[in-house]
Amino acid sequence: MSQAATTPLRRDGVVHKRPASQGVAGLILPYSVIGLFIALAALFMAAPTVMLAVQSVTDDHGFTLKYLEALGGDNIVVAFRNSIVLSIASAAIGVVAGGLIAYFVISPAMPITLRSAVTSFSAVAANFAGVPLAFAFVSTLGTLGMLTQGLRSLGVDIYGLGFSLFSMTGLTIVYAYFQIPLMVIIITPALLALRTEWRESSENLGATSGQYWRMIGLPVLLPSLISAFILLFGSAFSAYATAYALTSGNIALLTTEIANVLSGDVSSSPQTGAALAVGMIVVMVGVLVISAAFSRRASRWHK
Amino acid sequence: MRRFGLAGWTVLGLAGLYFIVPLLMTVSFSLWQGHGNYGFDAYRSLLARPNLLPSLIVSIELGLATCAAIVLLLAPAMIFMHLYAPKLRPVFEFIAALPFVVPAIALVAGLSVLFTGPDWLIGTPFYLTIPYFFLALPYAYRAIDVGIRAIDLTTLTEAGQSLGASLGQIIRMVVLPSLRPALIGSMLLSFAVVMGEFTFANVLLFHTFAVLINEVGQNAPTEAAALSTLSFLITWGAMLGVLMVGRGNAQLGGAR
Repeated sequence: MSQAATTPLRRDGVVHKRPASQGVAGLILPYSVIGLFIALAALFMAAPTVMLAVQSVTDDHGFTLKYLEALGGDNIVVAFRNSIVLSIASAAIGVVAGGLIAYFVISPAMPITLRSAVTSFSAVAANFAGVPLAFAFVSTLGTLGMLTQGLRSLGVDIYGLGFSLFSMTGLTIVYAYFQIPLMVIIITPALLALRTEWRESSENLGATSGQYWRMIGLPVLLPSLISAFILLFGSAFSAYATAYALTSGNIALLTTEIANVLSGDVSSSPQTGAALAVGMIVVMVGVLVISAAFSRRASRWHK
Repeated sequence: MRRFGLAGWTVLGLAGLYFIVPLLMTVSFSLWQGHGNYGFDAYRSLLARPNLLPSLIVSIELGLATCAAIVLLLAPAMIFMHLYAPKLRPVFEFIAALPFVVPAIALVAGLSVLFTGPDWLIGTPFYLTIPYFFLALPYAYRAIDVGIRAIDLTTLTEAGQSLGASLGQIIRMVVLPSLRPALIGSMLLSFAVVMGEFTFANVLLFHTFAVLINEVGQNAPTEAAALSTLSFLITWGAMLGVLMVGRGNAQLGGAR
């Protein structure tokens, strides 16, 4: 036991040698747990991804680019465009509405109970997505939804006016339900980092509120806002369950197209599905890299 | 001085409407019986469905299995990495970022190409524990990592060792109690995410809770509204727990 006390340490504080009472056997467990985790990740995360990449460039005769080139085909371009439009629209709504909500909620004039209510509701709503969210909106704005019926009894037939929940507009409204709270959660720390001294100094120098935001607030916040926008874009871009439950795949999105290929609902080959998935992964890598770069820029201001 | 005038209340009021109305409508739609009648018909016919309980149980079991994987595999692996192999940190960070970069629908595509057997693995719903573990990974990893950094694990371990404690004792009596809030938070979040997860279960043809909601919704929308209400309550309960153990920090899950 006393050997433990004399265990030599490296300068950086990392334990150099295990206590003799444990010996080599004491190291087997730690390294096998680490090994198991990495092996699982390699087998069930990395290998399937590599498999998709390989599958998207191979056919019976070996290497081919025809599946990647097929991504330029008409219906796939439509799916790409729908996915991108939906992601941009819902991310823009999320950034603007979520940003404003967060701004007003952290104001000192805000009652503290209301502030914590908004924070906890954001946590719930940001995680309440997928199939249950879709049916919550069907109950509200579907053809038989309570709001639709209520408006109809008031003489406003929103479906007669051209609205449909099962359209791009409808999907955007539904996606906003998780995008806005996501934004509230992501942007609140950045807003709290805006120091009151800057605001006070600018007011002392005679700046109006508009001038403060145009010349100080927004430039400081901009990297955080861009990073948040890109993260929201990614969250909508990779969403599948919500769209599927709402439209049964009738609106072509990248995710629903991949699912259609997987379930054999369309005549496309598995390689087309793999190529689509690879396309998605490429976009998401871009999302991660760009948002990390902007959030590094934003962290200059965090003390 | 920040002013909090009409603009503020307008924004918050509109947001409140947008977020509260669908929830109220969902509850009232679940009670709607057509032609202005309200009652518990939808709930009664739900309870009469033979596949309600099995799918709910499968989802609960998967949620618990995912939590177990986080506590028994992820947390120990991260603690050991921190103590014995800090050079592997970039590998761990990379693995934790992968599930964000590879969307669920892409991962399930890869999995179904790669694994067509053996049946003891892919034939049971517990196969889903593997993708669900990775679905929860980015968020659980972040929470546990913050927890480990906050407690200066190395010093605590050395202190324990110099007092003659074995590694098992140190982990059981020092490390795990310090990580308890992070672990409970990640478990609740993962549980909520798994309870609503649809993508993997639907493509791999397992009958989970979310798959049931979707199936019910195709022909019985009021029953689906009842199930959505239940699902919201589950998420709400889990997030309340996360906020309580996490000292008010909101966390984000992954199943959209």
